[in-house]
Amino acid sequence: MSQLTESLRETYGEELRILGEKYKELVVLDADLSTSTKTATFGKVFPDRFFNMGIAEQSMVTTAAGLALSGKKVFVSTFAVFLMRTYEQMRQSVCYNNLDVNFVVTHAGLTVGEDGATHQIVEDVGIMSGLPHMKVTVPVDSIETRSVIDYLAEGGKGPNYVRLTREKFPVLNEKDYEFRPGFSTTFKDGDDITIIGMGAMVSFALQAAENLKAKGIDARVINMSSIKPIDRNAIVKAAKETGKIVTVEEHSIYNGLGSRVSEITAEEYPVPVWRLGMKDTFGKSGKSWELFEYFHMGVEDIVKLTETCFRGIKYEDFPRYF
Amino acid sequence: MHACKSENLQAGDGDSGEKLMEQYSVSDMKNIATAIRKKVIEMVYSARSGHPGGSLSIADVLAVLYFREMNVNPLNPNDPDRDRLVMSKGHASPGLYATLSLRGYFPEILLEGFRKLNSKLEGHVHKGVPGVEASTGSLGQGLGIGVGMAIACKLDTKSYRVFVILGDGEIEEGNVWESMMAASKYKLNNLIAILDRNNIQLDGFTKDVMPLGDIAQMVRSFGWNVIEIDGHDYDQIISAVEEAKLSRDKPSLILANTVKGKGVSYMENNPKYHGAPPASEEEYRKALNELSGDDEE
Repeated sequence: MSQLTESLRETYGEELRILGEKYKELVVLDADLSTSTKTATFGKVFPDRFFNMGIAEQSMVTTAAGLALSGKKVFVSTFAVFLMRTYEQMRQSVCYNNLDVNFVVTHAGLTVGEDGATHQIVEDVGIMSGLPHMKVTVPVDSIETRSVIDYLAEGGKGPNYVRLTREKFPVLNEKDYEFRPGFSTTFKDGDDITIIGMGAMVSFALQAAENLKAKGIDARVINMSSIKPIDRNAIVKAAKETGKIVTVEEHSIYNGLGSRVSEITAEEYPVPVWRLGMKDTFGKSGKSWELFEYFHMGVEDIVKLTETCFRGIKYEDFPRYF
Repeated sequence: MHACKSENLQAGDGDSGEKLMEQYSVSDMKNIATAIRKKVIEMVYSARSGHPGGSLSIADVLAVLYFREMNVNPLNPNDPDRDRLVMSKGHASPGLYATLSLRGYFPEILLEGFRKLNSKLEGHVHKGVPGVEASTGSLGQGLGIGVGMAIACKLDTKSYRVFVILGDGEIEEGNVWESMMAASKYKLNNLIAILDRNNIQLDGFTKDVMPLGDIAQMVRSFGWNVIEIDGHDYDQIISAVEEAKLSRDKPSLILANTVKGKGVSYMENNPKYHGAPPASEEEYRKALNELSGDDEE
């Protein structure tokens, strides 16, 4: 696996700047966090099309709705956790009107690190997935981030939620990768069990798969970046071909990736689905990568859970750290 | 049925074009407002639900805006140069729907579907209805939508205006004041908000539920131009809108003092009729009779 890491949010800011040249109708709104979300990269070049709405997310989202109603391609950014206070503005003014507004949030999940529990949102994917018309994407690396932003600017319709992070992530995709909503990427084939991951934990899953190989377990690893619409076929195929699934996500196990995978397998081809993620708890301050160990979401935890699941031990017998 | 110039009010009738300004006198607009009010009563009574009070209070303003001050053309509802109106107090849907229908956006018979299944006339203002610019109904959000439209207007170097109708209870929402700041920052002189100051919200009088203070002073302190009027006086409504249109670098708020339930005696200043239709056939008849009486003045 590549050791190269790149920042998703810097890629986002840079891509916005490039797309700003191409699309004169592209506008960007931020709520006093543009130097962190990197929308400032766009703002410096296109000050007339960049709107810093102040620490006023409700104003930002309703203004975005008005701009989209007037034919603009709108990108809205802040930290993931602060956008959630506008759930109702997103619901009423954006989603109900089915507007082309792209919410690209940064600093989601545990990887905000030292800022602590107040800033570490692990519920957002569930909240956003419940909104009619809203599509939800969690890019795994800088290459996918660029492709998702290009896709949204070129032809993205309706409201979109894109979840980015503060930390740099390993580059996992091939350079020519192109994002398509509703499609996943299989990063490693395997027939014994499938690990489906989202965001930061996909690279952990790949490392875990290497460790599992040494134990004689050949795990398939899928990057499920398109959470809504989700790649139903890949999930059912994995259930049929490998018989067991483990999901790993930098998110609550409620209403996130694990929940979606469980729903689909339950409907179409029931197999054991074991979920690794945040277990109905808030985060805490610490270095990003330490936090994954602390919450038992690290590489070794994935190895243990996957091996236990594969060997057919009852879920109840899985050591409870939580 | 109503006293409007009916030849201008048929759906798809091309006569209701840009010459309206000269065609409609104050007396015509008063008759239109009466027709709006009657439609409101018919709609909420037929639906056995809905919000008459805040539609009756804003009917005169709606008549002036749609039949005189706004540059709109029902035959080309998506004209990029049209003036926009966002009904931020989305529960005034019967008032807006009736106005749009009378203005020629869609046939009056469709008003009968209000709040009923298989009709586009949703309980709260819905964008699927011809002439409606944005779905609204959760309070506090329409001013922000108007800010976005007014910014887009300037980006596109167009000259249309954006009107936003706010309720007075609605301004208890923080979103309104966030958007006030933004409108001032971006010098949106093309944004004209109208506050329907009828002193009543769902649970009672605003002074009891949440005292609003000196609204004019508050809004001025946010950098807005404020014009206070009697919201049932046509000369005042017209001159306030004309004055707001001349603003050079500030958004304007027209603080329209109104009577909730205006035109129906038992609904006037009665919080009960914020969100309740006539309670009986007798009340229904009384409302229409009283409105018809005004009609004959």
